[in-house]
Amino acid sequence: MTLSAIIVVSAAIFGVGIYGVLSQQSFVMIMMGLELMLNAAILAVAAFWWGTTGGNPEGQLLVIVVMTAMAIEAAIGFALVTNVYRARKADITEKLKRLRN
Amino acid sequence: MDTVIDAIFWVFAASAVVTAVLVFVADSMVRAAYWLMASFVAVGGILVILNAQFLGLILILMMAGEMTIMAIFMVMFMMNPAGLNPMLMVHQHRTAILSGVVSFLALATVGLVAEFPNLPAPAASSPIVPLGQELLGRSMLIFESAGVALLAVMIGAIALVSQRGRYGDAEQGSLEPALEPGTNE
Repeated sequence: MTLSAIIVVSAAIFGVGIYGVLSQQSFVMIMMGLELMLNAAILAVAAFWWGTTGGNPEGQLLVIVVMTAMAIEAAIGFALVTNVYRARKADITEKLKRLRN
Repeated sequence: MDTVIDAIFWVFAASAVVTAVLVFVADSMVRAAYWLMASFVAVGGILVILNAQFLGLILILMMAGEMTIMAIFMVMFMMNPAGLNPMLMVHQHRTAILSGVVSFLALATVGLVAEFPNLPAPAASSPIVPLGQELLGRSMLIFESAGVALLAVMIGAIALVSQRGRYGDAEQGSLEPALEPGTNE
């Protein structure tokens, strides 16, 4: 278990997340891809805290900031999906050809 | 001892990546949500191994709640939530696979080639006490800002989804009611 190994694992999770965000049609599945990318970010930040900072707690604080970003993304994402579904009856991206109205 | 920890790490690492792939392979969106949760649990396990126990456990606890909400949400709104039919809802599939592979290769190359400072966290001491002192000491502003941001998000999310405000339908705007019932004053 080395820092490089953890970074490679994190890169793999990030790649899967990129694939999900770009390929999925359903809004919720896109959000899952975003969460996977943030998951990879958390792993990488924690790995750097473990391997390169000598135990400085500020590194762990950055993980907490990323987790906050994740919670914000999920809450606003769910709210937007609910709103779009009400207004347009759309649950996949192809049904939103226009952003007007 | 080190080999045991190494083995546990690789089990968690492999399951984190495999469950991440399964999120987009599963036929049911509910299953996809729980595969995503499994991926988070595996990453939380890796964080515990990395001596960041507090972060690993709050990651697992937070994601358990969030994925439950996600599963319920998808049963409410989305087409084909139950997994009765095979599900492949994708567009620009090849571009997406290519971008995923390219970003993995690029980031993995950085991880393997770049030289990072070698200052490991001391294994013996518990990092939780310094983290708590940092959170409620020098970095309190960051911690409090995160709290305020979450409060703003809660208000914003409620404003986005509320169909009916206090004084009428949300899209009509708001007019305060009169003080005297039945009059305009």
